[in-house]
Amino acid sequence: MEFIKAENLTFSYDVEDNQQPNIPVKVINDLNLSVKKGEFLAVIGHNGSGKSTLSKHFNGILLPTGGQILVDGMSTSEEDNVYKIRRKVGLVLQNPDNQLVASIIEEDVAFGPENLGIEPERIRELVDSALKAVDMYEYRTHSPHKLSGGQKQRIAIAGILAMEPDCIVLDEPTSMLDPKGREEVIRAVTKLNKERGITVILITHNMDETVDCDRVVVMDKGEILTEGTPHEVFAKVELLKKHRLDVPQATELCKRLRDFGLPMETLPIDTDECIKFLEEVLS
Amino acid sequence: MIRDITLGQFYPSGSPLHRLDPRVKVLMLIASIVVIFCTFNFYALGIVAALAVASIILSRVPVRLFLKSLKAIIFVVIFTSILNVFYGQGDPLWQWGILKITWPGIQNAIFVTVRIITLVILSSTLTFTTSPTDLTDALERLMKPLSLLGIKVHEIAMMMTIALRFVPTLLEETDKIMSAQKARGADMESGNLISRIKALIPVLIPLFVSAFRRAYDLAMAMECRCYQGGSGRTRMRKLKMSYRDLIGTLILLTVFAGIILCNIFL
Repeated sequence: MEFIKAENLTFSYDVEDNQQPNIPVKVINDLNLSVKKGEFLAVIGHNGSGKSTLSKHFNGILLPTGGQILVDGMSTSEEDNVYKIRRKVGLVLQNPDNQLVASIIEEDVAFGPENLGIEPERIRELVDSALKAVDMYEYRTHSPHKLSGGQKQRIAIAGILAMEPDCIVLDEPTSMLDPKGREEVIRAVTKLNKERGITVILITHNMDETVDCDRVVVMDKGEILTEGTPHEVFAKVELLKKHRLDVPQATELCKRLRDFGLPMETLPIDTDECIKFLEEVLS
Repeated sequence: MIRDITLGQFYPSGSPLHRLDPRVKVLMLIASIVVIFCTFNFYALGIVAALAVASIILSRVPVRLFLKSLKAIIFVVIFTSILNVFYGQGDPLWQWGILKITWPGIQNAIFVTVRIITLVILSSTLTFTTSPTDLTDALERLMKPLSLLGIKVHEIAMMMTIALRFVPTLLEETDKIMSAQKARGADMESGNLISRIKALIPVLIPLFVSAFRRAYDLAMAMECRCYQGGSGRTRMRKLKMSYRDLIGTLILLTVFAGIILCNIFL
């Protein structure tokens, strides 16, 4: 079932330049994309590809200058829909420090449900369940500034989760974290997708984070370059390289081995698969 | 080093004072301040001093911390008491030129000193025994009637919450920027006052820029979480008064009655 649909989405803004009159800069150019309910979608692309701008369209933080975005059949461009949409689609931003509001963790997680005007008893249940879902329940009375980046980002996810959204959009949630924090965040998000059936849209430039998702969309210059399962996308090593994108290390290794003459039909995308492949080839 | 500054200074010891409703504590403090300035003889002053000592004992907060907060105002206390000693009216006990010490002057000095010290002790008791979030919560609820006058109570409370949340973050950032500027050869520890203040400019500018950037991010994150201001908003925690608050209020009222009686009859 279609949950989010982008139809001919275009977004541009005017650059103010003293020499020339305003020239609109197109960040997203006539993009069509649909996301199914319960899907785990990854959007990759290097800096300036428009992926971050796209993520802010899913809950109406930015409004399209052309085309439209439909969330569960509602257009983000209509003002009456904005809060209904934000309740369904939560957005987690890049910097974990800048999205926490309160100085006690459980109160921060309660911020969203409080804004929705939910009964206090119910908020308590939602907060506890959200904190348990990201494995941060035992920290509920702590102060956020004593936590690691990965922990803070998981609190930010819990803050969105407490509003019971159908979909969580994460805009480069791991780019400011250390490897351990990255793993924690990706594991938490994967768990939410598998166990609670929440639709996840993960915006990232780290290819290794996309191996577990259902579909990968590659963006370049505001357009979709290619899309498919991780296996399909990462098999196009040359295309990705041409657009200055990396493939997972395991894929890169096996691609080079194949170019060297080793027989391989498909390319692996993570370490475990790579080991299996190499065992088969070598025996 | 800069992180040693503790704001709010909440000291969780689980004492009876910690368990009181923050609204009751704020009102108690306001009432106490009024009463402190209504002491007109030594008996009443004695009761006020006893109240301060009792609050130190009941809060189960180390006396050391109270002394630390008193240290900050020691100059104010000394200055005002010396001024009072020399400004009294009446027969001089000792005189040198226009300077004279009188018995009413000494009396005034004692009153001022005890009043300021008890004031600081009682206000510190409030911040030591109440978490910052409880305090902003209590203030928001107590100020609610002011919204009838068009004062944006919810917005003020929200600003206080966010300010408290970002104090440690911005302190950490200041530390980082100072280290970065030192690594580039900035000298912040030598020279006179003016050159030291000037040396802070390269720290303050990046700090302001980053604070604005954070504010922009935070506003977006708040919008993502459906923040629409105070109307229609509920709170997870409800402040509830219990029998403890009633007992506490009754005890304090008895003390106040005692002070007033002392003023009138002794």
